[in-house]
Amino acid sequence: MTLLRPRARRLPLNAAACVTVAVCLFPVYWMISTAFKPSKDIQSADPQLFPHTWTLDHFRKAVQADGFELFWRNSVLVTLAAVLLSLVVALGAAFAVARMRWRGRRQFMLMVFIAQMAPWESLIIPIYIISRDTAMLDRLPTLTLVYFMITLPFTIVVLRGFIATIPPELEEAAQVDGCTRTGAFGRVALPLLMPGLLATSLFGFITAWNEFAYANFLIIKEQDNRTLPVWLSSFQNTFGTDWGATMAASTLFALPALVIFLLLQRHVTSGFAAGAVKG
Amino acid sequence: MPAIRERSAPRTPQHRTASGPPGDSPRRRSPRPARGYWPYVLIAPAIGGMLYLLAYPLLRAVLISLQDFRLRQLIAGDAQFVGLRNYRTLLSDPRFWEVVARTFAFMAVNVVLIMTISTLVALMTERLAKAGRTVVLCALVLAWAMPVVAATTVFQWLFHSEFGVVNWLLTSLGFDSFDRYPWFADGGAAFAILVVLIVWQSVPFAAITLYSALTTVPSELYESARMDGASGPRIFRSVTFPMLRPIFVLVFSLEVIWTFKAFVQIWVMTRGGPGDATTILPVYAVQTALSSQRYDLGSAASMLTVVLMSGVLVLYFRQMFRQEDDPR
Repeated sequence: MTLLRPRARRLPLNAAACVTVAVCLFPVYWMISTAFKPSKDIQSADPQLFPHTWTLDHFRKAVQADGFELFWRNSVLVTLAAVLLSLVVALGAAFAVARMRWRGRRQFMLMVFIAQMAPWESLIIPIYIISRDTAMLDRLPTLTLVYFMITLPFTIVVLRGFIATIPPELEEAAQVDGCTRTGAFGRVALPLLMPGLLATSLFGFITAWNEFAYANFLIIKEQDNRTLPVWLSSFQNTFGTDWGATMAASTLFALPALVIFLLLQRHVTSGFAAGAVKG
Repeated sequence: MPAIRERSAPRTPQHRTASGPPGDSPRRRSPRPARGYWPYVLIAPAIGGMLYLLAYPLLRAVLISLQDFRLRQLIAGDAQFVGLRNYRTLLSDPRFWEVVARTFAFMAVNVVLIMTISTLVALMTERLAKAGRTVVLCALVLAWAMPVVAATTVFQWLFHSEFGVVNWLLTSLGFDSFDRYPWFADGGAAFAILVVLIVWQSVPFAAITLYSALTTVPSELYESARMDGASGPRIFRSVTFPMLRPIFVLVFSLEVIWTFKAFVQIWVMTRGGPGDATTILPVYAVQTALSSQRYDLGSAASMLTVVLMSGVLVLYFRQMFRQEDDPR
């Protein structure tokens, strides 16, 4: 139907497309370009749309800033632990839901769907109090558990979909050839599931990597246990008014998420993960 | 934050298990007890997690909201039940009602803008040539991928009073009053920036979802509508919208719910200020609980938020389960 459209009508359409692209990309571009500009160009009355001179000073400053390495390590540790934990737990549950028949399966999925929509913003206070009562405040395992629970329902739902696309006949054939049920799943279905597991875990990774609210309110006294988002949000304490370094730190923090999203773009746009991850 | 929908699921043949057939045969061979308890062993960790990390905190929040729970009770742990006193205190506080009104205004502005813009972007993307479509989708994905805290920091820089590029742009366009305009000092302006930030972050998801739904509408429908002489807006109203209705309902309810997640942006950018200008319910609850140590009042406010949200949740779940039961 696009072919039938007269050429003149394509002009406003293309203009709208350009505006959309510009609006979407400008903040990202501005973050990266500010990070590369020398300070005197940043603090000038005439901002340059394209940096004339490039510098890595801001990145150096951000990386050398107090605790950057430590917070980076904390973020990676917490995120990886949470994603692995939820992957293992979700794999079992998704297998049970997709391949077995048992009483309460529908109710279980209902629970998972409700858990998906859990009002985490409204649970900060009780989780703070529970962590305090159980001496779990200021500790990274607490964050790991919370992130595990935030990513778990989504992981179960997506993995269930993936497992259901693998024909059970494959496993049956392996079982006929003498595999146990677990062996058949591990040797036949699991390799086929790998792309699904990878994509799911990357989305879980982004969710946990970005989480701010719990990291902010559950880690209070033990500043060494903070994670990157909290550190970045307090950039004024670290960098003062040095916007170049702040933008360099933001770039370093955003980079993993941007790269993962671009790699997964096919999945994202094909709708597999539409709604999988928010922010 | 994950707020997830099962868009892909209806397309995959996962309902095979529900109807039984091929997967059953090996199980019939396996010994009976294994068939009996294995599924429950497999879901036990997930159930345990949901009970301890979701159900228990929720229950605890309800209990705290019915107690007299302040700093002293937090340390000594001897909270007394006071019935609905906290709720009475909240509901008779004019500031609380201001916050509720602001929450609804914030939600309405955001959701209307997000739904309108993302529908337009989706319709536009569908009409683009292939190359243009790829570029637009890539740009949307990049904006979507931007971590919330990073985006919030960048927006603070964009709207910086002295060196911010927005003020520079507005001044060069001739709006001299924006020279060194302090955006975050004025309640209305701070509110507007938060709306812009949230719309910028939310449109990509909604637009991509609506776009993938649009591509599933059979083109014969459009052709026959055009042959019947329907105009563009008429086609949208009578063909596109009814076909996409379920997806619209899902995206709409998700966006409403996600407005409450704007907590992070607000907390990082303004902490609810200046004054109370950007305080919405979740911010109010956390401020009351953790800043003024009124855990009881904060929990009560949180529970009222959950009640308000549940109206939209019902809409969401009705649509979800309609899809779950009927794959197409």
